[in-house]
Amino acid sequence: MPLPSYTLGVMEASAYAPEVFARGLPSSPRLRQQSEDTGEPINSVAGVASPLLSLQGIGLSFGGVVALADIDLSVLSGEIRAIIGPNGAGKSSLINVISGVYRPDRGHVRLDGISYAQVPTQRLAHLGVARTFQNLALFKGLSVLDNVASGLAYKVRSNFAGQVLGIGRSRGEQRDSRSRAEQILEFLDLSSVRDHLAGTLPYGLQKRVELARALVAEPRLLLLDEPMAGMTAGEKSEMAAFVRAARDRFATTVVLIEHDVGVVMGLSDRIAVLDYGRKIADATPDEVRNDQRVIDAYLGVASDNEDGAGI
Amino acid sequence: MTAISVDFASAPVLPKWLVPVLLLAVAYGVVPLIGSSYLFEAILLPFLALSLAGVGLNILTGYAGQVSLGSAAFMAAGAFAAYNFNLRVEGLPLIGSIFLAGIVAAAIGIVFGLPSLRLKGFYLAVSTLAAQFFVQWALTKFSWFSNNSASGVIDAPRLSISGFALDGAIGRYLFALTVVTVLTFLAHRLVSSQTGRNFIAIRDNETAARIIGIPVLKTKLLAFAISSFIIGVAGVIWAFAYLRTVEPDGFDLDRSFQILFIIIIGGLASIRGAFFGAALIVVFPLALSRLGVFLLGDLFDSGVLDMSQRIVLGALIILFLILEPDGLVALWDRVRRRLLFAWQST
Repeated sequence: MPLPSYTLGVMEASAYAPEVFARGLPSSPRLRQQSEDTGEPINSVAGVASPLLSLQGIGLSFGGVVALADIDLSVLSGEIRAIIGPNGAGKSSLINVISGVYRPDRGHVRLDGISYAQVPTQRLAHLGVARTFQNLALFKGLSVLDNVASGLAYKVRSNFAGQVLGIGRSRGEQRDSRSRAEQILEFLDLSSVRDHLAGTLPYGLQKRVELARALVAEPRLLLLDEPMAGMTAGEKSEMAAFVRAARDRFATTVVLIEHDVGVVMGLSDRIAVLDYGRKIADATPDEVRNDQRVIDAYLGVASDNEDGAGI
Repeated sequence: MTAISVDFASAPVLPKWLVPVLLLAVAYGVVPLIGSSYLFEAILLPFLALSLAGVGLNILTGYAGQVSLGSAAFMAAGAFAAYNFNLRVEGLPLIGSIFLAGIVAAAIGIVFGLPSLRLKGFYLAVSTLAAQFFVQWALTKFSWFSNNSASGVIDAPRLSISGFALDGAIGRYLFALTVVTVLTFLAHRLVSSQTGRNFIAIRDNETAARIIGIPVLKTKLLAFAISSFIIGVAGVIWAFAYLRTVEPDGFDLDRSFQILFIIIIGGLASIRGAFFGAALIVVFPLALSRLGVFLLGDLFDSGVLDMSQRIVLGALIILFLILEPDGLVALWDRVRRRLLFAWQST
């Protein structure tokens, strides 16, 4: 598997390592060890892809409630990885830790070879990470096109004066971001609503606009927090097809949370199952389907017990 | 809050620039010829100054979603800064004083915008009150700002641009009109630029804006700076072109509320809304006083006028918030669409 833009990773490492150290973590010797790793090429044994994202011993609790306990997770470049689990299992917390919205109490997030105690949210887009939200997080007062184009705002170099006067690089940037946004809208079959205010669209379309906004930056890692929640079966399979197409077209690694096990089984390369903040399984769909712990915790009793014998 | 683009699909499309250009043609070509001095002094000059202040506040509150109750402070900062630049810097042209006054107001705006990095909504509104009270206090306390005038009152300098005097009512009107036109045009360009879209993104969902890489802190402070610049220049127009003699007390909290009402009544996140709102706020008391005198005669003295103004204006604001949260602009667009539709179907 090709290693995507390794040089970028090194640049980010040099820019961010000092700040990570400056946080004065209790486990700083370990962290230093990891950060120094980035000075060398990422170990990529022939035939084995290196993980784009790995979580090491992530622990997070709110007050006395343990949301995540000692989670390890390793996501290979280019795979679609689902995270499933019952409500309250910690799935969204995990996405929030990966995207830096939450700072874990313990453990590190290793992105593209660089270890973070807390992923810098403000630089997430620069690191090649994009995400969607469980509850819609569109900009209601902007058109669909402007919402999607805002996914490129992190690249803008022109200042407001140049933009107001229409001089310097602002014109080129504006043209570029519009045309890329239009391409994505076409890719996700949203061109017909491009000038509508995002807030006026039906729910399913808003979910897709959010995917478009995340995709427009062509992220290497795409985090989808329940992209199909509240959709009809038809909309779900459509969305699943879009997610797969996005992976194939942009070589994006996808981490997604989803409740509909049927959709997840067909879509993902591997599935991690959480229950009460712990990872109880992490395997291919077939293995997960037959894992007794997963069946007990999430999938429910097997069909041969439909009559309720023994309950 | 979403009166940014309106669906005109059902109406015949007029070029967008047509209405502003026609209005400007009338404002420059017709009004100076037929207007009375009363029209300029009592209606058009305050209307222009308050409209511009409304445009400035709308960028901050309507577009970037940061509530401010310090508008009058930034007007005062602009007015007193322009006065001092004009007084103390030899040979500085009027435009230069105005521009520098805007910069001073912008700098003060950034300082008092710093709490916005932590505070939201009502809490931010309360913290902007600090600007209101601090600026007014400083201007009264330190007589240097008013060139040691005993009561803190400043008199506007003679207005002239490259030796061309603008001291008459018409001259001051044209001067104010030009400044307002230029800044409004730039504000319009701003809100449809990437920076303007970043403002709206932060207003609508700050977390999502941060995640996709919009520099939230920088953008908020930029909104404060630009907004305060425009409000500061509005303060210069208020002091130099409209009143000619101002004191710090003229820029009190009531003025800040007045500008906030202008954008709420006119329409949040709409450049046009500021003009609609200012027109209502300026014309409404005059119309009310005429109406009162007509109906009640001598019984309608200034005390009654003041009281009835407050009552009717308060009722209007409540009605607007309930019936038309998107303001006069939304109302106007609906009426216009209906008229055009009726005209089309005949």
